[in-house]
Amino acid sequence: MAASRPKSLFRNLNAKIAAIPMIITALVVFTGGTLWTVAYSFTKSKMLPKWKFVGFDQYERLWDTRRWMVSIENLFIYGLCMLVLSFVLGFILAALMDQKIRFENTFRTIILYPFALSFIVTGLVWQWLLNPDLGVSNVVRALGWDSFAFDPLYNAQIAIFGVVIAGLWQGTGLIMVLMLAGLRGIDQDIWKASRVDGIPAWKTYLFIVIPMMRPVFITTLVLIASGIVKVYDLIVAMTGGGPGVSTEMPAKYVYDYMFGGQNLGQGFAASTMMLLAVLIVVIPWAMLEFGGKKRG
Amino acid sequence: MKLLKTMLAASTALTVAGTVHAADLEVTHWWTSGGEAAAVGELAKALNERTEHKWVDGAIAGSGNTARPIMISRITGGDPMAATQFNHGRQAEELVEAGMMRDLTDIAEANKWREVINPPALLDACTVDGKVYCAPLNIHSSQWLWLSDAAYKKAGVPVPTTWTEFVASAPALKEAGITPLAMGKQGWQQNLAFNAMVISLMPTDVYLSVFQDKDADAAASAEVLEIFKTAAIARDLSADSNVQDWNQATNLVITGQAGGQIMGDWAQGEFAVAGQVAGQDYHCLPGLGERDVLLAGGDAFYFPVLDDADKSAAQGELAALLVDPDVQVAFNLKKGSLPVRGDVNLDAANDCMKKGLEILGRGNAVPDWNILITSDTRAQLEDLFVEFFADSSITAEAAQERFVGIMEDAE
Repeated sequence: MAASRPKSLFRNLNAKIAAIPMIITALVVFTGGTLWTVAYSFTKSKMLPKWKFVGFDQYERLWDTRRWMVSIENLFIYGLCMLVLSFVLGFILAALMDQKIRFENTFRTIILYPFALSFIVTGLVWQWLLNPDLGVSNVVRALGWDSFAFDPLYNAQIAIFGVVIAGLWQGTGLIMVLMLAGLRGIDQDIWKASRVDGIPAWKTYLFIVIPMMRPVFITTLVLIASGIVKVYDLIVAMTGGGPGVSTEMPAKYVYDYMFGGQNLGQGFAASTMMLLAVLIVVIPWAMLEFGGKKRG
Repeated sequence: MKLLKTMLAASTALTVAGTVHAADLEVTHWWTSGGEAAAVGELAKALNERTEHKWVDGAIAGSGNTARPIMISRITGGDPMAATQFNHGRQAEELVEAGMMRDLTDIAEANKWREVINPPALLDACTVDGKVYCAPLNIHSSQWLWLSDAAYKKAGVPVPTTWTEFVASAPALKEAGITPLAMGKQGWQQNLAFNAMVISLMPTDVYLSVFQDKDADAAASAEVLEIFKTAAIARDLSADSNVQDWNQATNLVITGQAGGQIMGDWAQGEFAVAGQVAGQDYHCLPGLGERDVLLAGGDAFYFPVLDDADKSAAQGELAALLVDPDVQVAFNLKKGSLPVRGDVNLDAANDCMKKGLEILGRGNAVPDWNILITSDTRAQLEDLFVEFFADSSITAEAAQERFVGIMEDAE
């Protein structure tokens, strides 16, 4: 084996040389930057990074801060809603599209269009739509239903669900298209066979088609999950974190304290916690997904 | 190494200051509303006409909370502008300590800033280790209650002259369908209102021991609890004001939809643009009408260290120009703020500005909280107040407990 190793190192040499810049970027910028951030989260850095070690002080303060706790809670609510609802809605829409309907192209385009908008535009549009004086609530009242009230963004208890509505409106189209691609990839013979056996369509979807679409589901999962963790612009454009602190998110906390509060140490501690949360989810999943195959 | 280089460059710049070439000076600031832009125009005009340098305007839209991170990252990232606005106080403290700001001591001595700048606390806020690092431009005070005559006329009650009367008259306003207190739902505005109450309704020594000495016992005292109770009253009075920005809230007062607003003296720029006259269409109460005291804060210009010797020399000329009597008058009349020197003629000032000048002249100016606390503490306080004002279930006692916690950690 030892003799063959140098050979494999120089195999596809051109491709390996071409990958060097990306490897360096990944190592220095991503890994190096991450380690640097984690290290400086244990310091008292204010506006500029300074190596004044203070142990876990920044973390203690972080977990004592109500705004951070609210942010974490919101991330869970938003994440869970986005994950479940985009999967369910995306799949149902894709299944409906797959019924060989007329004007499929038109419908597909209409549903995918919101994805072409940035979160900033989405946030502003929905801020206006959900404003009781301008939006949906006002229209329904103008139709004569005087007691109608729909103003989730002005009620601290449910404001986060107003944000979820906007997030779903923007993101579901893409999920639908991915799912539709997955459905189209299913061999038509499977449908014929299940029809011959007299299995109802919903059972075919649930027990045969969905298990076969596993790779598509994993792609969508990664896309949705990364969108959840980094949600920031939607909040800034839509609610600014309000009313009160009821729609704050961890990423916004990081930005506000790093730059607005000129407290790098606190911002670094918060972003390290975000990284940790992602790792807790990603590492077991990656081991399950990729670790097994090598052994097998 | 780079720092050393820039410092060397700066010191050579000082020695060659005699030979000046025309330079383009980029100036960043966050003055974008109507009255503010007009005031900046006066500064640009002065620089373009009185020197051979050119003013390149670098306005950043949004509030200071949006603009400051951009300014700081440009300076720390190696792309400094020629001059930039900050508020008086500790916002640029670390940049000065890191040697990224140009030392203006020579300009300050040549133009006798120590003698002309009033109150001297403003120059102290620019001074680190005996060296001057910024040029004070104006004085803003935020302890003002702005009242709409139209709203009180509609409610059939006289315009109040103190905060106590204002609270007493609130039920009459509510009956007439008017929101008693307009307040934008942003942390800094609520923080401002709270601090206005602190300084207007509480003895100055308690204010100083809380914010200057960061005394946790003083922060936990019964006097501060009273202020939190007053803030809870303000929360009830402003429950119906559904606006975000400060000028939207001021607009509610201008149009008589709200009785009053607690806001800084920059609000009178909005009244002026709407064509209203002080004492006739609106009233202003410094120190919320309770005490004749103002916190002197405001804006100052800082000058990052530059490699270019010509530009460094031009920076010095701009710094001297900002404190020049004529520029001070022209700028501050448009801005609605007060000049930083006591020896200028402000006959054109309106009633409210004159009230402010009189209070400053009597020496009743206390350092602004922005001068006393760091941006970090300010951000924490803003988080507390934005939550307190949005959620009426938070009691005064619970809010004070968190306030004490924040002030204990403050530096």
